Amino acid sequence: MLNSNNQSLLVVTDLKTQFFTEDGVVKAVDGVDFDIKRSEILGLVGESGCGKSATVLSIMRLIGVPGKIVSGKVVFENRDLLTISDNEIRDLRGNQISMIFQQPQSSLNPVFTIGDQLSEVIQIHKDIEKAAALERSVDLLRVVGIPDPEQRIKSYPYELSGGQAQRVMIAMALVLEPSLLIADEPTTALDVTIQAQILDLMRDLRNQMGTAIILITHDLGVIAETADRVAVMYAGQIVEKASVTNLFEQPLHPYTQGLINSIPVLGEVKERLDVIEGNVPNLINLPPGCRFAPRCRAYLESELTICSEQMPVLRQEGIDHSVRCWLYQDTGINTSQTNF
Amino acid sequence: MVDQDNLQNQELIRVKKLVKYFPVKGGVLRRVVDWIKAVDGVDFTIREGETLGLVGESGCGKSTIGRTILRLIEPTSGRVEFEGTSIFDLSDREMKSRRRDMQIIFQDPYASLNPRKPVGDSIMTGLKIHDIGDKQERYEILMDTLKKVGMSKYHAHRYPHEFSGGQRQRIGIARAIAILPKFIICDEPVSALDVSIQSQVLNLLQDLQGELELTYLFIAHNLSVVEHISDRVAVMYLGKIVELAPRLELFRNALHPYTQALMSAIPIPKPNLKRERIILKGEVPSPQNPPPGCHFHPRCPVAMAHCSLEEPQFIEAAPDHWVSCFQVNAQNWMSNETNAGLQN
Repeated sequence: MLNSNNQSLLVVTDLKTQFFTEDGVVKAVDGVDFDIKRSEILGLVGESGCGKSATVLSIMRLIGVPGKIVSGKVVFENRDLLTISDNEIRDLRGNQISMIFQQPQSSLNPVFTIGDQLSEVIQIHKDIEKAAALERSVDLLRVVGIPDPEQRIKSYPYELSGGQAQRVMIAMALVLEPSLLIADEPTTALDVTIQAQILDLMRDLRNQMGTAIILITHDLGVIAETADRVAVMYAGQIVEKASVTNLFEQPLHPYTQGLINSIPVLGEVKERLDVIEGNVPNLINLPPGCRFAPRCRAYLESELTICSEQMPVLRQEGIDHSVRCWLYQDTGINTSQTNF
Repeated sequence: MVDQDNLQNQELIRVKKLVKYFPVKGGVLRRVVDWIKAVDGVDFTIREGETLGLVGESGCGKSTIGRTILRLIEPTSGRVEFEGTSIFDLSDREMKSRRRDMQIIFQDPYASLNPRKPVGDSIMTGLKIHDIGDKQERYEILMDTLKKVGMSKYHAHRYPHEFSGGQRQRIGIARAIAILPKFIICDEPVSALDVSIQSQVLNLLQDLQGELELTYLFIAHNLSVVEHISDRVAVMYLGKIVELAPRLELFRNALHPYTQALMSAIPIPKPNLKRERIILKGEVPSPQNPPPGCHFHPRCPVAMAHCSLEEPQFIEAAPDHWVSCFQVNAQNWMSNETNAGLQN
């Protein structure tokens, strides 16, 4: 599936986005680096508040007040999206980079028909007649598996089920054949049997159209089945990055390990689930050092002091595997015991 | 968890032919024009000390069953027995005293706590209603309960908005266990929580079950979570239970095509795992107009002509393994003819 000569489609370097609130500065995205290649599905996984949504909204320059992208580079097809003009980024959105969101019903305008909304996307970017745009819309609805598309274009969003609405969102996102699709928790609000349909659809479309997809989710199962590579986020940073096989076969970061071990898996009998004690840190008052340290069993059980004093960097630990953790960086402790 | 070999375990709750229809009103005169058949005839029992999981997708009726058992919603017809007594026949006063034994934990930790009361007050509500102890004793029970759910005495004076989702859920659990009930309905207790907090709350529920000898009805849409915590699992589809079996038996030998499809649809965190994927076509239909015959037949990969004409019976196809499906029944029909029909 992956061409080894594949160049990167999008390269994000040291992205930092902060929210200036009354209570203080929230460092929502704090130095994020990653890249995605053509046709690749990159999973961005983490729990609420980890910064995954803020990261992709920053890429699309959709961060509003009181947020601000304070530094970094987002290079897409040789252009830094953070420095191009408003007109240029507007031109890109929906066209070369598209996005779909968690609650499809909230993303669709309730007072316009599906056909109107789909054609609008086309007509904003291409100089074509409404009739032709509608025809293209019908084609797309068929491609995403909506039955009776010629009738459906006259429907309003409230007449659609959650699964159908999400298919319409995908159609809207893909109508201009973008090279990159950002999907922010696209199936979280859907029933599991519908989720399976939608993920299947997204994989098919990736195969047919070569679209790269950044898939954001908190569901590790979805990642395992859909993504090629994964980045795990915690408190505004990427703590581990790997191919999906490497991540699940040999998770390095204690947070990743904790997450994988704490999920009940169908068919596996466990008396008790493993637990990550404590809560996600407050992003306003972050302590120095590793943000996961207060909850990290490895740190708490070891004699390492560096974890709470200094922030580790994201470093390569093998082919297609990097991790942000002192356990793997020359602290003199025995790193052969890597599972805590 | 219970010893499944000892199936003689006392029945705590028995549900028979439970039906709940919600009216749909329309027209100028607001007449009833249709019915939402939320629960369309279900039968099951819950044994003392066990966790019965109830799983299904949105609109299947699982939450309605939970609320109807407690009479938070009045049923349309059917019978629910708690320790042998029929609940629906009780007067308000008798029902109130029964409720001391039956509690509920809700899904939304944000909506289920009164924002104007310190959480300690919310936890003690049950104690006050059922006249348990004097002020000092209630305070002591409060402290003890907070400790049991992993919270501290300082939390009692704080308000709900000062807590995280996971903490509020612990408070909800504290409120349910404070009066030491026998039976708790857990209605999607972890669905709104982050993954790493879910496991904390699930472990807590399991620990409390052992400590306080509780029986649970665990309602959720996540089959992996339900299967982990339950002894037996009931799968619902559009108002009906389509399969009911001990959890390992269900996983190893799911008989109903919907259960099989549900299991194959669940994403598993093991890449490279080869699985047979059954992708169901079509949408989850509305309980307002369930399809005739077997409610699942329009989406069923193995439906026969007969399936749209008649509703299949809920039959014991294997020991303690109940299913309603003509495909399964056809195989077992002859040998099970004497057991045909509903659980007795």
